[in-house]
Amino acid sequence: MLIPHPLLGLRDAQEFVYMGDAALIGRPDGGDIATLHNYLYLRDNPAGEHRELWYHEQGDRSWLVVTRNTATHEILGAELARDVARAKGRSK
Amino acid sequence: MTRIAGGLIDRNTTLNFTFDGKGYTAHPGDTLASALLAADVRLMGRSFKYHRPRGVMTAGSEEPNALMQVRTGGRQEPNTRATVAEVYDGLEAQSQNRWPSLAFDALGINDRFHSFFAAGFYYKTFMWPRKFWEAVYEPIIRRAAGLGRLTREADPDAYDKGFLHADLLVIGAGPAGLMAALTAGRAGLRVILADEDFLAGGRLNAEAGSVADQGSADWARATVAELAALPTVRLMSRTTVFGVFDHGIYGAVERVSDHLAAPVAGQVRQTLWRIYAPHAVMATGAIERPIAFDNNDRPGVMLAGALRAYANRWAVVPGQRVAIFTNNDSGLASALDLQAKGVDVVAVIDSREGGELLPGIRHLRGAHVVDTSGRLGLTGITIDMKGRRETLAVDALGVSGGWNPNLGLMQQHRARPDWNDQIAAFTPARGPKGLMAVGAAAGEFSTLGALRSGAEAARAVAEALGRQAPYALPKAEDQAYRIAPLWAVPGASRAWVDQQNDVTVKDVKLSHQEAFTDVEHLKRYTTLGMATDQGKTGNLLGAAVMAELTGQSIEATGQTTYRPPFTPVSLGVLGGRSQGRDFKPFRHTPSHHWAAEQGAVFVEVGMWLRTQWLPRKGETEWRQSVDREVLATRKSVGICDVTTLGKIDIQGTDAGAFLDRVYANTFSTLAVGKCRYGLMLREDGMVFDDGTTARLGPHEYVMTTTTANAVTVFRHLEYCRQCLWPDMDVQIISTTEAWAQYSVAGPNARKLLARLVDQDISDAALPYMGCAEVTIGGLRARIFRISFSGELAYEIAVPARYGDGLIRALVAAGEAFDAVVYGTEALGVMRVEKGHVAGNELNGTSTALNMGLGKMVSRKKDAIGVTLSGREALLAEDGLRLVGVKPVNPADAMKAGSHFLKQGAAAVAENDDGWLTSLVWSPHLGHYIALGYLRDGAKRMGEKIRVVNLLAGTDILAEIVSPHFIDPEGERLRG
Amino acid sequence: MRYSGWRIIKEALSGHKGWRPVWRDPAPKSDYDYIIVGGGGHGLATAYYLAKQFRQARIAVLEKSYLGSGNVGRNTTIIRSNYLLPGNEPFYEFSLKLWEGLEQDFNYNAMVSQRGIVNLIHTDAARDAATRRGNAMILNGADAVLLDREGVRAMYPWLNFDDARFPIKGGLLQKRGGTVRHDAVAWGYARGADLAGVDLIQNCEVTGMRIENGRILGVETSRGYIGAKKVGVAVAGSSSRVMAHAGMRLPIESHVLQAFVSEGLKPLIDGVITFGAGHFYVSQSDKGGLVFGGDIDGYNSYAQRGNLPVIEDVAEGGMALMPAIGRARLLRAWGGIMDMSMDGSPIIDKTGIEGLYFNGGWCYGGFKATPASGWCFAHLLATDTPHPTATAYRFDRFLRGAMIDEKGQGAQPNLH
Repeated sequence: MLIPHPLLGLRDAQEFVYMGDAALIGRPDGGDIATLHNYLYLRDNPAGEHRELWYHEQGDRSWLVVTRNTATHEILGAELARDVARAKGRSK
Repeated sequence: MTRIAGGLIDRNTTLNFTFDGKGYTAHPGDTLASALLAADVRLMGRSFKYHRPRGVMTAGSEEPNALMQVRTGGRQEPNTRATVAEVYDGLEAQSQNRWPSLAFDALGINDRFHSFFAAGFYYKTFMWPRKFWEAVYEPIIRRAAGLGRLTREADPDAYDKGFLHADLLVIGAGPAGLMAALTAGRAGLRVILADEDFLAGGRLNAEAGSVADQGSADWARATVAELAALPTVRLMSRTTVFGVFDHGIYGAVERVSDHLAAPVAGQVRQTLWRIYAPHAVMATGAIERPIAFDNNDRPGVMLAGALRAYANRWAVVPGQRVAIFTNNDSGLASALDLQAKGVDVVAVIDSREGGELLPGIRHLRGAHVVDTSGRLGLTGITIDMKGRRETLAVDALGVSGGWNPNLGLMQQHRARPDWNDQIAAFTPARGPKGLMAVGAAAGEFSTLGALRSGAEAARAVAEALGRQAPYALPKAEDQAYRIAPLWAVPGASRAWVDQQNDVTVKDVKLSHQEAFTDVEHLKRYTTLGMATDQGKTGNLLGAAVMAELTGQSIEATGQTTYRPPFTPVSLGVLGGRSQGRDFKPFRHTPSHHWAAEQGAVFVEVGMWLRTQWLPRKGETEWRQSVDREVLATRKSVGICDVTTLGKIDIQGTDAGAFLDRVYANTFSTLAVGKCRYGLMLREDGMVFDDGTTARLGPHEYVMTTTTANAVTVFRHLEYCRQCLWPDMDVQIISTTEAWAQYSVAGPNARKLLARLVDQDISDAALPYMGCAEVTIGGLRARIFRISFSGELAYEIAVPARYGDGLIRALVAAGEAFDAVVYGTEALGVMRVEKGHVAGNELNGTSTALNMGLGKMVSRKKDAIGVTLSGREALLAEDGLRLVGVKPVNPADAMKAGSHFLKQGAAAVAENDDGWLTSLVWSPHLGHYIALGYLRDGAKRMGEKIRVVNLLAGTDILAEIVSPHFIDPEGERLRG
Repeated sequence: MRYSGWRIIKEALSGHKGWRPVWRDPAPKSDYDYIIVGGGGHGLATAYYLAKQFRQARIAVLEKSYLGSGNVGRNTTIIRSNYLLPGNEPFYEFSLKLWEGLEQDFNYNAMVSQRGIVNLIHTDAARDAATRRGNAMILNGADAVLLDREGVRAMYPWLNFDDARFPIKGGLLQKRGGTVRHDAVAWGYARGADLAGVDLIQNCEVTGMRIENGRILGVETSRGYIGAKKVGVAVAGSSSRVMAHAGMRLPIESHVLQAFVSEGLKPLIDGVITFGAGHFYVSQSDKGGLVFGGDIDGYNSYAQRGNLPVIEDVAEGGMALMPAIGRARLLRAWGGIMDMSMDGSPIIDKTGIEGLYFNGGWCYGGFKATPASGWCFAHLLATDTPHPTATAYRFDRFLRGAMIDEKGQGAQPNLH
């Protein structure tokens, strides 16, 4: 697969490490056990568009949010996870 | 000899080869199949199940029958298709799956009893008595099964891998592929033209037609010459594109040396190419399919197009008297080509009623071949003309049941192909993005149609890239293709569908009768299409026969899934350079060269090679060395290379706050110039990693991680920094390989280091858990007063390129103290003596509480993993706790991995009280000591417990003790 | 119809006219006592045991494609019970014992072949871990043998012992491990279930669930609504999609795992070998193909196909361990969808919806579990209590902190 890195252009997916659903960005800081359980363990796991975290380990060390279709592997876009996190209101 | 005139072989050179020990000759340009056919050898193999005599069926990579073992020793290669294997001088080929000889095969008896071996018979028997399956039935089946043989010797050849990039990848160098490459190449596109054959041209070499008023093969040569001269075109013959992967990545194998006796010195046997091409055309042509009729598998029965190809390209006719059985026009063209070559075409049996009669040939319409004769080779056929039967003496029969676009690559992404009634075949539908089918692969069966579709595809790609690609089509044949589908001729005997796996029409019927009607069930029940050819010739025939039985259309019946590779690919080339020690790279520590000079014994730790121990003269057992290293360290001083530990620089105004969130304990309160042991949890509350982190400045920390987790911890920190708290002012960088780091431990550690370090490192200047930036002879260095061994100890770090110098300097300075350099074994002994956790305890399923470090988890703050570490099952009072273990009888040797059982308890799972994680011989204490996780361990100090290793049958009484075997008060490290 | 050698002889001599369909092709009834969603190995085994062992009636299996079209037909056929943790080992040992009597039980030769599985050891730490695991196996009634280097060499002298990056230091052998002809498992269970009166309904996709007041009433399907008192879902690979019909989110991600087979070869490998220092394991089928695999591709996928890097990675491991296979050829690579759970272990449990039961999260260990999974799921469906060997496979284990994490990788499915 090829991942369209927002800063570096198309990069081979082999340069990246995969983590999973980008919903993990929404960590409920300070949440209780039930909240953290839902956050950490439950997944939508869609067959179709999926926003997911990829880490450019053999590259610039950016964490990306890649939008990819899990049924076809087609990639619709990639953003810096930091930007996505900020857009979700995450800060410090 | 049945060589005729013409052909694309070099008759000026003669090559010698053997088949089953007998010598034959060939010419450059020959395949094993063409050369054997030229020598009147028709019998080339045996089928899988019935061991039926088999000859060549095709002239290409779709061959199901003519499989051979070629070469010898480590290069012995089973199941090579004679139809694509180039002959080289000295080639040795052997038939396979027969005993004692190809002509007399004892297991040919299977054919006599074929009715007992119907599809799926083995699912219904061999069940009694139960033990007989492994003991009796299966060994017989296994020995009889399989095809060729590996010698079990290592493959001596080298392989390589590489990357290629192109604007357009053209797969196949027939008319469509050549025209596509030419059009794109002339327009300046970066083109790769990959062709599985050693001679470009595809059907242009196999047919006697003309293109641009010259022989079609001549046009192919001329086109190749022009392509070779184009600067942006790369021609790759002997290169099979075997897989279509996501986003325009193609896998291809170039058979660099398979046409030679052995690779030229310095050359590889094969190369795996990953070709990155946003656009590709699949110009893979079409594969002719057989018609099922009784005994259609005898050597001499071939596909009509194969007969034609052998005559035109290789100047070989596999018989004196030839007949053609066809349901479509291409069979007629084959007959005409053969006739033009002077071959005696006895009859053309055409299953169709209408159409014009072939001139000068006995052209029977509405006729069928219903049976054949000849034990080891075809001697005659029986034909049926609307009820009238006639037997013809022929020694070769060409069969054409129509042509299937060769759409394997296109369908690897699992889209369903479309059914095309016009050609009675599936054509590719929606393929992977960027890949389009052209020529016969797209159902364009005329030469002109193929040329046009290739050119058009190239022009479209050029336009997509903003270039013009005009083209002019050469003059070529443009005949319509007419077919009246005929799949199976009814008969009383057996008609083969899948020749290699011996699947007959009867098997398909049985499959239907037993409710295995889905094509996937058909395949799996009868093994149709599961042979080395993956059903390239037989699959659609089988599906069509099933469709007739179920009354469904072929389109609705569908086909089984196409999967990579397109044709089989050697495991050697997929493995590439991964041979022997080159499987993974070595990481060497800064002291490696010095240690190697000393004769160190090394051990693999992940990719690292670390010094395991350093034997001295006279030491014959590893324990002698390790014991000496431990005792000398505890007595005076020892030096150990700890560079492999992960090192991460963490800087920024929020660095302290950041560490508070990633460590379970607190770091923002750490004073500058101090170190602290840190415990890092995963979000699920398990201990992730541990290590010391030092504060070098108000906004600067240096974290150490375990060797195993150096990469994953860094990744995790980046995740926390970028995804969770993006506005924290914290920057991190891995410096694992930037610093060489040595532990210097033992009562004389300070004295030793004081000889090297320029600054004052007295206890007052650098107290326990202190750190400082210092210099060694002016060279910048870092010193940390931390201890894994429990001794007065330091870790001293210098830029990595000075690591070799530093180990030599440390050893030289240490001579005055009888210093030793110790390896990972001694390190392990000393850490167990001190009760420190390491890999075997940091197993990913242990909490801080399990490790006796529960108090380190600060509940005052939200850090990764703290909340979920508080789940009920993880807080169980009687859960596992880290304990020390020592044998009651000091002479008893325990074994790591042993389990704990109470005295008198039966060895059953309910009584399992935990296990022994790490075990070492403590030379200091004179007996084995161990760590372990024990159920309710904290309350069981002093208890006598059994350490049981059921694998070795040992059962040792031991005492549960504190995990801190030496200096529990830590007086030594503060010394 | 009972299968036997005599029957084969009789049919062979009479033109095979007497063989009957192995299963009927019934139209779905309007309602059943039990609906099992998923006609793969686990679903068929569940129906079989529900009918035969637990004497339940009015059972249907709904399969969206053909019977056995899921992972039961695309795995690498290995059976074993060499697990470590208390939550797992009793279950897998139960499963292995069921395998041992399976063929006689359902009168179908699935070629259960206990030719042994050896996990190679390359480091001292791995030997310690193998010792711990081998002991756990024996404590649970399974068999285990710890081999030293020479013990491994005696079994497979042609492995790379002399020039290895990670030298072989030993192996953990389970002699009762082995392989089974995977499709035959589906067919044997299907045939047995059909004979016991279960309606096996193919080409019947569940498109919705009718749930009222916290209770399931039936399922919407591509062949119409079908009512049921109890619905058991066993659709590993599609678990999240099917359970979404009930509004549930699962601790599961779907990942692609590739598997491979070589061209047919004369006998080379008798049992199963797993390479401890790379991603590679291999056995040889009775037909002669080397059947091998490695790690999952590592990203969420429902595409049932993988990519080239993993093919290379597996071959690299294979060549490092077995330099003699360089001249063998890869014949076919394929991909299946794995239910990768959050701790690498499965779930067999009730749901919050009355009458709806779930079986999934098998990661890539589902095939060997087939008999016990079917049995335990049938037990749960019939008795509303978990089978004693499957008590740990609960949804709430993540909330309680009682994970069953054999690899110790935590809540990241692609690492299990």
